Amino acid sequence: MKKGTFEVKVGLAEMLKGGVIMDVTNVEQAKIAEDAGAVSVMALERIPADIRAHGGIARMSNPEMILKIREAVSIPVMAKCRIGHFAEAQILQEIGVDFIDESEVLTPADEENHIWKKDFRVPFVCGCRNLGEALRRIGEGAAMIRTKGEPGTGDIVEAVRHMRMVMGEIRRLANLDRAELMAAAKNLGAPFELVEWVAQNGKLPVPNFAAGGIATPADASLMMQLGAESVFVGSGIFKSDDPQQRAEAIVKAVTHYQDPAVLAEVSKGLKDAMSGLAAATLPEEEKMAKRGW
Amino acid sequence: MIKTGVLAVQGAFARHASALEACGADVRIVKYREDLEDLDALILPGGESTTMTRLFGFRIDYEDLYRFAQSRPVFGTCAGLILLGHGAHDPRVRQFSLLDADITRNAYGSQKESFVEDISLSFDPDTPFHAVFIRAPRIDRPGAELRILASSGGHPVLVESQLYLGATFHPELTEDRRIHRYFIQKIKEIKNGKKQSA
Repeated sequence: MKKGTFEVKVGLAEMLKGGVIMDVTNVEQAKIAEDAGAVSVMALERIPADIRAHGGIARMSNPEMILKIREAVSIPVMAKCRIGHFAEAQILQEIGVDFIDESEVLTPADEENHIWKKDFRVPFVCGCRNLGEALRRIGEGAAMIRTKGEPGTGDIVEAVRHMRMVMGEIRRLANLDRAELMAAAKNLGAPFELVEWVAQNGKLPVPNFAAGGIATPADASLMMQLGAESVFVGSGIFKSDDPQQRAEAIVKAVTHYQDPAVLAEVSKGLKDAMSGLAAATLPEEEKMAKRGW
Repeated sequence: MIKTGVLAVQGAFARHASALEACGADVRIVKYREDLEDLDALILPGGESTTMTRLFGFRIDYEDLYRFAQSRPVFGTCAGLILLGHGAHDPRVRQFSLLDADITRNAYGSQKESFVEDISLSFDPDTPFHAVFIRAPRIDRPGAELRILASSGGHPVLVESQLYLGATFHPELTEDRRIHRYFIQKIKEIKNGKKQSA
């Protein structure tokens, strides 16, 4: 028997496909999320929109609040650590978190290096803006990739940009001649073996999810149609005027993302989505997507 | 030609579909109640059993699946096995109680306890089967009628009744197709009425 192998890590990511992972800050929200059909919850003290408003240093959440949420639900529980902060990740693994998000939503702890995720038994998800960044994270051991988007804004534009970038670069790689792959690896700044794998298989070697700015059932469908295999919804649910109804609607929208009749039905009667922030109006230094490389 | 459906409200349904296709089966993704029409069999995949339960009653009902499964072969893996069995005692999960086995959800602990193990299949014992267990359920009290096709750590992990097949692990995540082929054989035998008893 072997635990914590790459196969076992990716296995959990596979089970979360076609689902919605919801940010929750307390037990009550976690129960609402599970009851609405979330496949997993992300336990954190402040959702990204509030991290933006609050300012200061955003760190790993208190283990006690994560454990309370874990007690309350039967679905897998994720939690975030700062980019490069492997000690926070060690604590999250120790308390039995099911997935760690090495996340740009928190203040980075290391501006040079991400966590060497192969040292851990628990799987990691990491954000990316393009294929090179995705493959660098997979090279470090990430078992799931998600777009960064622009968290806490409710603006889908950056998640779309990142997903189109990743999927477009995968399609281009798939058309290259073998002799062109080394140059492609150099230009992407990605490990050659992973570049070769993507060129041969036409997809990422790990599940590819969407995150950062998803606020409506239509946003979720858009990301799925662009190639996402599941979606993370951060501030979009509990910053809206109707969290429970919206959570259920987004779950149905992901299952039936190709069915406009379902999307129309679940979008009817929803109250206001989070008011949000236009990502384009954010000063450069406030963009979370720029954290990590 | 055998036509097999894979329930696709959430989870690892695409991997099951490719495994079946690799075995030469005709596959249909099942998201709507109409999708069940004229199928010979169904796979309930891994994923989250609470999410699947929550989606019953939207475009496909618990009752549609129950009616279908009463007379046709069904293979449940992980969350799908939980749905097929009984004994979870959790209002968040609505089980069919068609496979006579008490199932404990997520019996091994959090994801860091998930594991891989080479197990032996009773119908092909000489070549080990590399089994991937993800936050796996455990079969605690298999009914007397069940045939145990593989075990791990003193518990059955692959079981069979006259109509049903259940695995606590994920044969769809590896390239070894023996278990999917076994299921297809079972479907053929049932369809041809050859299989009289388990």
